[in-house]
Amino acid sequence: MRKYWSFFKMRLMAGLQYRAAALAGMSTQFAWGAMEILLYRAFWLEHPERFPMGMEALASYIWLQQAFLTLFAMWQWEYDILESVKTGAVSYELLRPADMYSMWMSRSIANRLARAALRMVPVILVASLLPAPWGLRVRISPAAFGVFLLSMALMVLVVCAYSLFVCSLTFYLTDPNGIMVLSVAAADLLGGAIVPLPFLPEGFRRFAELTPFASMQNVPLRIFSGDIPLGEAPSVMGLQVFWAAALILTGYLLTRGGLRRAVILGG
Amino acid sequence: MRLYFKFFSIHFRSAMTYRASFLLSCLGHLLITTNVFLSVVFLLDRFDSVGGYTLPQLALCFSAVLAATSLAECFGRGFDVFHQLLSDARFDRIMVRPRSPLFQVLCQDMKPTMLARLLQAAVMLAWAVPSGAVRWTPFKALTLALMILCGAGIFFGVFLINACVTFFTLEHVEALNIFMDGPREYGKYPFGVYGRPVLLILTFLVPLALVQHWPLQYLFDRGPAWYGLLPVAALLFLIPCALLWRLGVRHYRSTGS
Repeated sequence: MRKYWSFFKMRLMAGLQYRAAALAGMSTQFAWGAMEILLYRAFWLEHPERFPMGMEALASYIWLQQAFLTLFAMWQWEYDILESVKTGAVSYELLRPADMYSMWMSRSIANRLARAALRMVPVILVASLLPAPWGLRVRISPAAFGVFLLSMALMVLVVCAYSLFVCSLTFYLTDPNGIMVLSVAAADLLGGAIVPLPFLPEGFRRFAELTPFASMQNVPLRIFSGDIPLGEAPSVMGLQVFWAAALILTGYLLTRGGLRRAVILGG
Repeated sequence: MRLYFKFFSIHFRSAMTYRASFLLSCLGHLLITTNVFLSVVFLLDRFDSVGGYTLPQLALCFSAVLAATSLAECFGRGFDVFHQLLSDARFDRIMVRPRSPLFQVLCQDMKPTMLARLLQAAVMLAWAVPSGAVRWTPFKALTLALMILCGAGIFFGVFLINACVTFFTLEHVEALNIFMDGPREYGKYPFGVYGRPVLLILTFLVPLALVQHWPLQYLFDRGPAWYGLLPVAALLFLIPCALLWRLGVRHYRSTGS
């Protein structure tokens, strides 16, 4: 376990170096969050009775989404790993006395945490200073907040496991681009990235909620905004656990199979 | 101009060499914008209208913006890689050639995959135009064409400014993405929907509303006919863009390597 922990720390420290990039990214996130809220404001002023959640809950959802964007963004692939599988450099990693999949996993989690850690604090600070109902507010009980943190952790696992699942498929495909493109689009639509799931038509929403993509940002953000009450949390988070376990298992098996098949040419 | 088309055909053929990957990236671009439009469909399914606009009207708005941005992105793609030209001093070589530097930068790279989005815009227009969103007259058709063409011009100007900034910063400035990717994303609704401050900024500072919100008012019979000619006025925006470019070129010092 210690060696994976040090992998994790190394990655985290490397990721924390890019402060200027994070600063630039933040200003974009403010603008995007503000535009998004202004848009829903227009809908809200016109038909407040058709709103599936409160305006304040929605504003919290959007700001938290912007703050943690890099934590769950599907388009943040593990390009190092993909590249190493494609070029065969992965063979060097085989020399290390560590399990490949666990090593990838600790690396991937650290990458995401480092990127998010730099960006989240200012966004959260500024957003919580905005006047109600446009700002970020904590309206849930301490117990629910604990549940929120737990579902955040599960979400990171699901996202990383999905991303590694695609990496492990690269052992079998020559070009993973197709599946990557499709995954990003599916995660945008089914995961509540472009429209929060409660706003979707009923039938489509039910379908979306079963997919692994809905076990990503959708769950913690809706628990935080109070849209998923504490009573419903266990079943939704059960699904998160299921997807995390399923994706980790398939990713692990595919990696092992892929490595067994791999023929490394000397030179 | 002939030379430009020659370059375009080179870039097109080089993209077509890897046909599968070309088609895949077309599909990727298409899926992103289709998702954006689906979000409009879903929200309108719940709310019926926003700011008094109906779904066919919003489809018209989005397809005009989409056509304009994809034209600009297809041909203005050279600006995207501009910071690389500066950092590895390829811009030196450009300066010594007997053609305008701007022309050569544009020829460096083009993005034929954007034509897929143009196709999507055409399909949406084909649905929105006869749907009764607008009572068409010849002048209104002209306004729509102006929105697309002048819109492409304005987005092109935004890309140009973005490239000019790199003369001074030497690296890509991510904050400017708000004005590059943002309009494609938020242009799905007429800018008036976002409230008065946003509309004012996008009218007077970066005149995106002049090719979207104001002419749309005329198309939907909410404003006077001269709103339909505002896209042409928006082209004035290109003057400061061109001045900034000149300033940048004059400021340029080679990396010397």
